[in-house]
Amino acid sequence: MPQLDFSVVLTGEFRHWLVSGFLLSLELTAITWLLALPLGTAIALCRLSSVTALRWFGAAFVEGIRNIPLLMHLLFWYFAVPELLPTAARDWLNTHGAESICAVIALTLYTAAYMAEDVRSGIRAVPATQLEAARALGFGFLVSMRRIVLPQAIRITVPPLISQTLSLWKNTSIATVIGTAELMYQAQRVETASFRGIETFVVTTVAYLSVSLLITAAAVWFQRRFPVRAS
Amino acid sequence: MELLENYWLYFLVGQFPNGPLGGLALTVLLGGGALLLAMPLGVLLGLARVSHARWLRWPVTALVYVVRGTPLLMVVFWAYFFLPSLTGHKTSQFGTMLAALVIFNGAYLAEIVRAGIQGVPRGQLESAMSLGLSHVSTMRHVVLPQALRNMLPSLVNQFVTTLKETSLGYIIGLSEVSFIASQINIQVLTQPLAIYGIAALTYFLICFGLSRLSYSLEARLNT
Repeated sequence: MPQLDFSVVLTGEFRHWLVSGFLLSLELTAITWLLALPLGTAIALCRLSSVTALRWFGAAFVEGIRNIPLLMHLLFWYFAVPELLPTAARDWLNTHGAESICAVIALTLYTAAYMAEDVRSGIRAVPATQLEAARALGFGFLVSMRRIVLPQAIRITVPPLISQTLSLWKNTSIATVIGTAELMYQAQRVETASFRGIETFVVTTVAYLSVSLLITAAAVWFQRRFPVRAS
Repeated sequence: MELLENYWLYFLVGQFPNGPLGGLALTVLLGGGALLLAMPLGVLLGLARVSHARWLRWPVTALVYVVRGTPLLMVVFWAYFFLPSLTGHKTSQFGTMLAALVIFNGAYLAEIVRAGIQGVPRGQLESAMSLGLSHVSTMRHVVLPQALRNMLPSLVNQFVTTLKETSLGYIIGLSEVSFIASQINIQVLTQPLAIYGIAALTYFLICFGLSRLSYSLEARLNT
């Protein structure tokens, strides 16, 4: 067993690499989350709509994306899609961090498909009579959703959404395959440069774990503070 | 379509029989093998999670939380770099990926097993005990068989997840579907859209089929 020396990876340049990777992972998680939640909600509403075409579109989106590994999504958006773009657009992409942009696109679509299902089951858990009563009182579909159904659905939907956020946080690590310089990428880089494998991976694991545990704690707190009321 | 003609065999089985097995066959084998091996681990961990003995419950709970809070890729890297130093000889990419998937899925299955056990009505446990069965045989003959039956749809879903997770073998150079697709892409260069599209479609067909199976199992169990 070699002597463990954490000071090597926790000082100087290596620390800088790891910290920048950690920050980019957090950033990817935040941006993806902000984009995926509205998209997921829109897809969920499509799936619940009375228009057949929209329902089909929603179902195809969710099933199509969820049944393909995230890694394939990333490879597809990074290696295949830019080939379709005109040269000018491709150049723009390459000078503006194509790795991060493609990672956000793939992660957003993937996360939105999962969030859509959470939102949909949350909305479906609200008794249909609530919507019917609202419509009978003269509210339009959108207003009844916004004022009556969604506020009730949120209590049911937030816990699975939090666990989806946890998955998203862990999924950002896969973006390393297209060279996005997030935490896992930087960990590999530090490992290669410092030959301090154990130390690097311990630090990285602790970093991932600490954010994961914070998210888990948020889920526990929410379920205590806002328990689902029996209707 | 020339693409399909030239590469279909490589895509399905890799370099087999002139080299190691790869491609779709490897993906399915790895996914199935990992789930089968993770099953006993998951049942043991799940039983420990509902055990009354604190010395058993707490460490296992901690382990499950740690594994579930870590990205699979991290587990793969741990296995990739440290299995060789643990076992003393070089581990193949297949062995590495299998080990990582078994540990990772074991922790997830533990939660499925725990939910399955807690889903069996308490009366079952109490009547088995009052009939004079010991705690162990109550679990083995009364609770677990019912719990496993209720878990069946979740298990099929977990298989879908595992199949998708095998794609991470790409990163350590295991020649499963995603890796083979990129290899073909490097050789052909001009048709990334078609190549990645076909690989994605392959995953979709298998995973979608399996998730339909899980739905119909669920429907049958509920009637």
